Amino acid sequence: MPSTAPNALSDVTASDSTLRRFLHGLPGVDAVGLEARAASLGTRSIKTTAKAYAIDLAISMVDLTTLEGADTPGKVRALGAKAVRPDPTDRTAPSTAAVCVYPDMVATAKEAVAGSDVKVASVATAFPAGRAPIAVKLADVREAVAAGADEIDMVIDRGAFLAGNYRKVYDEITAVKEACGTSARLKVIFETGELSTYDNIRRASWLGMLAGADFIKTSTGKVAVNATPANTLLMLEAVRDFRDRTGVQVGVKPAGGIRTTKDAVKFLVLVNETVGEDWLDSHWFRFGASSLLNDLLMQRQKLATGRYSGPDYVTVD
Amino acid sequence: MSDRLTVLKTYKLYVGGKFPRSESGRVYEVTDSKQNWLANAPLSSRKDARDAVVAARKAFGGWSGATAYNRGQVLYRVAEMLEGRRDQYVREVAGAEGLSKSKAGDQVDAAIDRWVWYAGWTDKIAQVVGGGNPVAGPFFNLSSPEPTGVVAVLAPQKSSFLGLVSVVAPVIATGNTAVVIASEKSPLPALSLGEVLATSDLPGGVVNILSGRTAEIATPLASHQDVNAIDLAGADEELAKELEIAAADNLKRVLRPQSVDNWSAAPGTDRMTAFLETKTVWHPTGSLGASGSAY
Repeated sequence: MPSTAPNALSDVTASDSTLRRFLHGLPGVDAVGLEARAASLGTRSIKTTAKAYAIDLAISMVDLTTLEGADTPGKVRALGAKAVRPDPTDRTAPSTAAVCVYPDMVATAKEAVAGSDVKVASVATAFPAGRAPIAVKLADVREAVAAGADEIDMVIDRGAFLAGNYRKVYDEITAVKEACGTSARLKVIFETGELSTYDNIRRASWLGMLAGADFIKTSTGKVAVNATPANTLLMLEAVRDFRDRTGVQVGVKPAGGIRTTKDAVKFLVLVNETVGEDWLDSHWFRFGASSLLNDLLMQRQKLATGRYSGPDYVTVD
Repeated sequence: MSDRLTVLKTYKLYVGGKFPRSESGRVYEVTDSKQNWLANAPLSSRKDARDAVVAARKAFGGWSGATAYNRGQVLYRVAEMLEGRRDQYVREVAGAEGLSKSKAGDQVDAAIDRWVWYAGWTDKIAQVVGGGNPVAGPFFNLSSPEPTGVVAVLAPQKSSFLGLVSVVAPVIATGNTAVVIASEKSPLPALSLGEVLATSDLPGGVVNILSGRTAEIATPLASHQDVNAIDLAGADEELAKELEIAAADNLKRVLRPQSVDNWSAAPGTDRMTAFLETKTVWHPTGSLGASGSAY
């Protein structure tokens, strides 16, 4: 795509019809090619020092997440402590990027990670369904920001998106972005498992970025299909093309279903090969995960000691 | 003279209820006692061992939590399946150990009987090694045997089937799960055992069978932090010492190799109790009234 001035896309968002024309004008996705590309990048062998680097990088990119109805303040505090010091037996293990909680737990989480670099992310806008009036969604966001959330993970209105009502989705994201103010970064969750097609994921990615997302995120982790290498690759291509056209860098966060170190390293290979080292930083790439961290720590212990570790040596979450 | 093409069997590992090839893609040639080629067996790597431990750990909750009665039923079912494949095992044991058909038949019969014998022990071992203890206080004090967890088993090198059954059955009868390293030179009966286990209600992962170089697979298992015990029956003196040192790191239970000349001898309960831990519970008899009696 030709490189143009940053405001080159401003006329795209001028009206509903221009937005629709732009999104439907995006090139279609070659599904077979996309999946083959993602699969072939997943076959890279990452060993020894490169593996150690990848594990530490992956730990520093984890958004340690607990999003259950049964979350208690105690559980959130435990999670915060773990985020700050993932492996208490090894002080060289890096902290995670953030903890991710529901809005009412933000204050508790903030307290738990106080004094560290760990951020507090909060899901908002009636997560995970997103089926609530806009006023409620915005109030949800404001409450979370007021409680001290550094990052807001919003869900888009999939119903409106699938109905072709792109303008509504766009306006909602911009409104939430405004509610985030200058203090909180906005992650926009598309719930790729509900968007049906790769074409839709590409459109949603562009729509989110046009509306001012700081991060685009695959899924909530609450549906059957969550982050896959293919849909993450597609979103990485979208942020790459978006930066080429506008000069604005947007982060990517695959979430849900990433449980093993092997999976995590595959995603890092995708990042490096698609968008390059600029994104190999917790400011631009995150893993939304909970059980992944334990596997990363066990692999880290294996590399450090030479013997296989077991679940007895990490926390029970 | 038949003009059928020979259908050769691909021997595979048995891990987590599935039959994978070795992760490494390697195989090695298995020969009979006269160095005639029998088959290619997978040459397992340490990653196969790691995967087997993961599968065994996953299966442990369900298997150890199953009722002793149910475990007995399942193990008896395994014996039934073994009986149905008797001819195959006789052939494999005869090839592996250089025995005549009738001697190999005796070995297989003894192995099946051994399996039935251990199946009967599942709901009786608690009465033998557990019990109520008299204590000087107003308490019931109860000891009950609990399985140790994931047990790495180095199967005997010489007795490829009877020896194998004699070390695997006691481990799983009490609720442990096992990662078994088959005899290095004669792994075929062990790999065929996997096919029997897969078709006899035994949950996947309770027994995982690896073939290959014993030392290569046993070393990572001995140092593995998620393996709770190791049976060194198939290790020579030097390897056993090395493995016992590695096993000390996370305080594994270690069963040292014992010289067994004749696996047909009555085994006793020692191999079961070696991988049991005693849980003791103190339970108050009730509130003591002013009269000094709770009753």
